[in-house]
Amino acid sequence: MPDPNRPKSVYFFGTCLIDLFYPEAGLAGMDLLRREGLRVVFPDRQTCCGQPARNNGHQDEARAVARLQLDSFPGDWPIVVPSGSCAGMMKTHYPELFEGTPDHARAVAFSARVFELTQFLVEVLQVRLEDKGRPVTITWHGSCHSMREMGVVDQPKALLRQLANVTLVENPREMECCGFGGAFAVRQAEISAAMVTDKVISIEETGAAQVISGDCGCLMNITGAAEKAGKRFTGRHIAEFLLERCHGR
Amino acid sequence: MAADARISNFGAKAHIALNDPKLRANFRRAMDGLMSKRAAQFADPDEWTALRARGAAIRARALAQLPELLERLEANCTANGIQVHWAETTQEANAVVLGILQAAGAKRVIKGKSMVTEEMHLNAHLEGNGIEAVESDLGEYIIQLAGEAPSHIVMPCIHKNKAEIAELFADKIAGLAYTENVDELTAAARAALRGRFADADAGISGVNFAVAETGTLVLIENEGNGRLSTTLPPLHIAVTGIEKVLEKLADVAPLLSLLPRSATGQPVTTYVNMISSPRKPGEKDGPRAVHLVLLDSGRSRVYGDVELSDTLRCIRCAACMNHCPVYTRVGGHTYTFTYPGPIGKILTPQLEGLDCAGDQPHASTLCRACADVCPVEIPIPDLLVRLRTEAVKPSAAAAVKGGGSGKSRAESLGWAGWTLMYGHPLAYRLATWGMALVGNWLPASAPMLKQWTSVRTKPKFAARTLHQLAREKGYGHE
Repeated sequence: MPDPNRPKSVYFFGTCLIDLFYPEAGLAGMDLLRREGLRVVFPDRQTCCGQPARNNGHQDEARAVARLQLDSFPGDWPIVVPSGSCAGMMKTHYPELFEGTPDHARAVAFSARVFELTQFLVEVLQVRLEDKGRPVTITWHGSCHSMREMGVVDQPKALLRQLANVTLVENPREMECCGFGGAFAVRQAEISAAMVTDKVISIEETGAAQVISGDCGCLMNITGAAEKAGKRFTGRHIAEFLLERCHGR
Repeated sequence: MAADARISNFGAKAHIALNDPKLRANFRRAMDGLMSKRAAQFADPDEWTALRARGAAIRARALAQLPELLERLEANCTANGIQVHWAETTQEANAVVLGILQAAGAKRVIKGKSMVTEEMHLNAHLEGNGIEAVESDLGEYIIQLAGEAPSHIVMPCIHKNKAEIAELFADKIAGLAYTENVDELTAAARAALRGRFADADAGISGVNFAVAETGTLVLIENEGNGRLSTTLPPLHIAVTGIEKVLEKLADVAPLLSLLPRSATGQPVTTYVNMISSPRKPGEKDGPRAVHLVLLDSGRSRVYGDVELSDTLRCIRCAACMNHCPVYTRVGGHTYTFTYPGPIGKILTPQLEGLDCAGDQPHASTLCRACADVCPVEIPIPDLLVRLRTEAVKPSAAAAVKGGGSGKSRAESLGWAGWTLMYGHPLAYRLATWGMALVGNWLPASAPMLKQWTSVRTKPKFAARTLHQLAREKGYGHE
């Protein structure tokens, strides 16, 4: 019997990083939702959640950009985001960002509709995945904001564990930040470098062939450092990875 | 005014620390141990959630009525025979302590561990006035021998390993041969300190909690040195920041559960001292006189801001620094001022000013590991963002000293450009189209890419944006 609470349509917020650097991950996220029979709408006017400005102390600028997102997702459908960090910004920080402004009420309503992709797949859609891929050993990297702002810790791993031919080796340092932190990577470049170097080593020590993550900021940081250091493992966004497994590629 | 004229230079100091493999190994090992011990203490998430909520509520309730509670504390301490002094600045506090010692003719002081006296640089002040102050906490004793400042607020010499301490002791303690045997090292410190306790004219300590209801000073410790420092000498001077006050005696118990479990992963400390008066007639021990010095040093200003005043809930457990991926790699001395780690990054800029510590709120990825473990729910990452905001656009209330000092024309222009690009769909479409076209041609030496590519390859711009792909695949329409 179909679940009466199951939405028929969803919005997809692609994130600015995916837009420019990892569009295939965004597309895979939308394909995963479409496979479940949902109508997926990608509003063309969307840009960035505004987090870079907010984190750097430029709240007016963050609000201006965030307001465009409030305008760009007018329906009352869920807004699915393939990034725990951007989702965290929209879910936990939009209400405070618009506090005391005429947009506060709609910011609160907007934030209530925000889901991180794996959270939505597991909690709302309760997807069942069939693994058609070859055996592979992977490890998972949870982003800080995904874990500590969105409370998304187990959902992505639950999805990965549905895949019969995928061996998930957990990283004992999973909870530790990879050192990306947006402008931090440039402002405190040496500390960031030390953090990502340690993260790369901890991933290598799992013996995994691939690191899977739900956040492209972390992935850009980790795979960039791994590549520069000549490490053998590669990185993928979870949406792309899941879709490929389901297609047997 | 600031306690001293130092200026934070986080990046340069971090550079030194990051290139010291021994230091990094010392911190990594120590913090790993502390994190796992704490995790074992709070294995039940429900108990943790309920207890920290209670801890936060107790501290918030105390702060909500801070002025009245301080008056009540003063009245009840005075009634108990504890003499209360107020100091607005660290200089004033130093003068008060010196005055008490001089009036008593005290020349030798034994000290229990106190971060507030570190904030005051009290030892140097006393030494300059001919009074010798010896630290009796083992960690503090070690760094005093080494002539260093604490690198951690609970474990001041955590930056040193056993071999370094062995070398220091062999060098500084007369008659001690080099040994890495911990029992022998501890025994040597104990032997050196015993006489100091007996000879001291005065003991100086910090305070963990000051209970307004009863006029009680609560002091926790593991070595017994705190108890000796506060009971053996004829004079005891306790020094504390004004924020340490609690309303009721009943408030102490939950915090006494949270503090050691969060700090060192101990269910309880070895000693819990509750000091409520000097020696009474007929009693056989205890100091003849007890003084309490209440230091403001910028805390009132912090208190004046409804959001930033959460900073003052802190019970100094250091869980935030133990779990901080930045602190773990750069150590406490990188923070220049007394309080390192995440709590230092929000407290120091408020006490000293954003003009001299404005780089500290930026030395964070906002990973929220600190907020996750704070036993009194201080939203440290949000306060870091608030301080970053005050640095570039001070609020009307001008809440923070040195607000606006982080403004730069170039950065403002950059953010104006950013807002233009991301705030207008057409501008965004044009800009991303252009970036996808030329982005990969940027040299690795370009601004920002230069730092990024120090340990990473260049990010690769995709040939087509998700906006383009979504339109092609029919995702763009409503």
